[in-house]
Amino acid sequence: MSSTEAFSPDEVMTVTAARQLRDGAVCFVGIGPPSEAANLAHLTHAPNLVLIYESGTIGTSPRVLPLSIGDGELAETAVSVVSVPEIFSYWLQGGRIDVGFLSAAQIDRYANLNSTVIGPYKRPQVRLPGAGGAPEIAAAVGEVLVMIRHHRRAFVERVDFLTSVGFGRNGGGRSGLKGAGPTAVITNLGVLRPDQQTKELMLTSIHPGVAVSKVLEETGWNLKVADELSVTPPPTDLELATLRDLRHRTREAHQSWKPASG
Amino acid sequence: MAEITTLAEAVAEFIHDGDVIAMEGFTHLIPFAAGHEVIRQGRRDLTLCRLTPDLIYDQLIGAGCVRKLVFSWGGNPGVGSLHRFRDAVENGYPRSLEMEEHSHAGMAARYAAGAAGLPLGVLRAYAGTDLPAQTKSISSITCPFTGEELAAVAALRPDVTVIHAQQADWKGNVAFWGITGVQKEAVLAARHSIVTVEEVVDELVPHGPNHVVLPSFVVSAVAPVPQGCHPSYAMGYSSRENRFYLDWDRISADRGIFEEWLRRFVLETSDHIEYMELLDEATAQVGEARN
Repeated sequence: MSSTEAFSPDEVMTVTAARQLRDGAVCFVGIGPPSEAANLAHLTHAPNLVLIYESGTIGTSPRVLPLSIGDGELAETAVSVVSVPEIFSYWLQGGRIDVGFLSAAQIDRYANLNSTVIGPYKRPQVRLPGAGGAPEIAAAVGEVLVMIRHHRRAFVERVDFLTSVGFGRNGGGRSGLKGAGPTAVITNLGVLRPDQQTKELMLTSIHPGVAVSKVLEETGWNLKVADELSVTPPPTDLELATLRDLRHRTREAHQSWKPASG
Repeated sequence: MAEITTLAEAVAEFIHDGDVIAMEGFTHLIPFAAGHEVIRQGRRDLTLCRLTPDLIYDQLIGAGCVRKLVFSWGGNPGVGSLHRFRDAVENGYPRSLEMEEHSHAGMAARYAAGAAGLPLGVLRAYAGTDLPAQTKSISSITCPFTGEELAAVAALRPDVTVIHAQQADWKGNVAFWGITGVQKEAVLAARHSIVTVEEVVDELVPHGPNHVVLPSFVVSAVAPVPQGCHPSYAMGYSSRENRFYLDWDRISADRGIFEEWLRRFVLETSDHIEYMELLDEATAQVGEARN
């Protein structure tokens, strides 16, 4: 059995995210922690998970984690490779994706995400990379899983820029959208899920060894805690061994590779 | 019909100060050599379009060639920030940068509309986001059949699209495969196009996944430039040099180091062959120093 000393917070985050993916689901994957989680699921409980990257690679099974969204191995192992206009129009907008992973620099209580700027748009303190595929992933996939490290700079009362919609500024912003929106926000401290009625994120699960007070401290709004707060089951030996092996192979393949930060 | 020419001649003939230029490539087949040649020839006031401006646009921005960026994701893939891009946006260095910002889906629809000769692209996009408020080329349209409100984006029609491909034949037909991004649409949307290729072959035969052929009559110029997409890759010819992307983080983070890099590797080399030789030499020296 695993003990709380035997794994890192990042490993729990990745393993917990991987467990959200059911076998056979069609998953739109981004680079970084989401790619690691999706590939872990694919290598453990979900061998029939279909991995799609926005570079147009459908049904990939990379041996190591890609450094970029368009690494050659994604194309070489794909069932099909299509153009970028096609991946976004026929596959994403067409409603063929069950689950999409997103990350961001900021998230608010309604799971709206910012990956555009910190500060005002015209005169930002920090210019971030921008939207990429995220706004349409957020709108169109069956459900969205968010992976993001838990700290006050990221979990904010109000996102500086709304790049990808969760439930809108007041929780009522998904009318007309096909997908259900975010169903889980997985962090290195716990799991947050939207309240069924209000859509406000609530702490529903806490990772082993983490205090609730720590989560509240690292959240920039008054975070609600579910009445039935559970403790995240710790990673199994198989999950940990598979994840570490994947990271090891990736490190061997890409010089100086480090697990990406979320 | 495409003429087979040199990269320097193609850039001199087709790319002018103030032009709207798309240098496309989605991680794979990025036209780095062409970008360097634009810097060498000192073009200014360019509007650069691309879904994923990465290192080559960072270099063009840092070199002062760019007035405006039309884009959807500007980062160093898997590594982090584009520091020259950030310096331009955050500090106006070396000059201020206008921005026209979209999502990937929006940019793809804009090129597709341009390729189809339509004034706009229609898609489900941008719902609930702050992007439409900042970007004039995003609007909405009501479907005349269902009444549904949809996003509308203005067609994107570059003066010149530049891409890198695996092969051309001697007639100037162009072939590329693997991850093909939005290059076909970007070429068809543009008035002119320049294609650098790994090699010119007698006959184009289908290769690998997702083989795309652009017939010669939609291509303006073809220039053979082996490894013209380094440090990105050409499937079947080269591997992505991840080391360079990691190193770029350090080179680009400091104005002085960047400017020295630009002078030594781009401005003071005459072409891509010399650039690659110098890069190999520098890499070997670093390797020795590390040993």
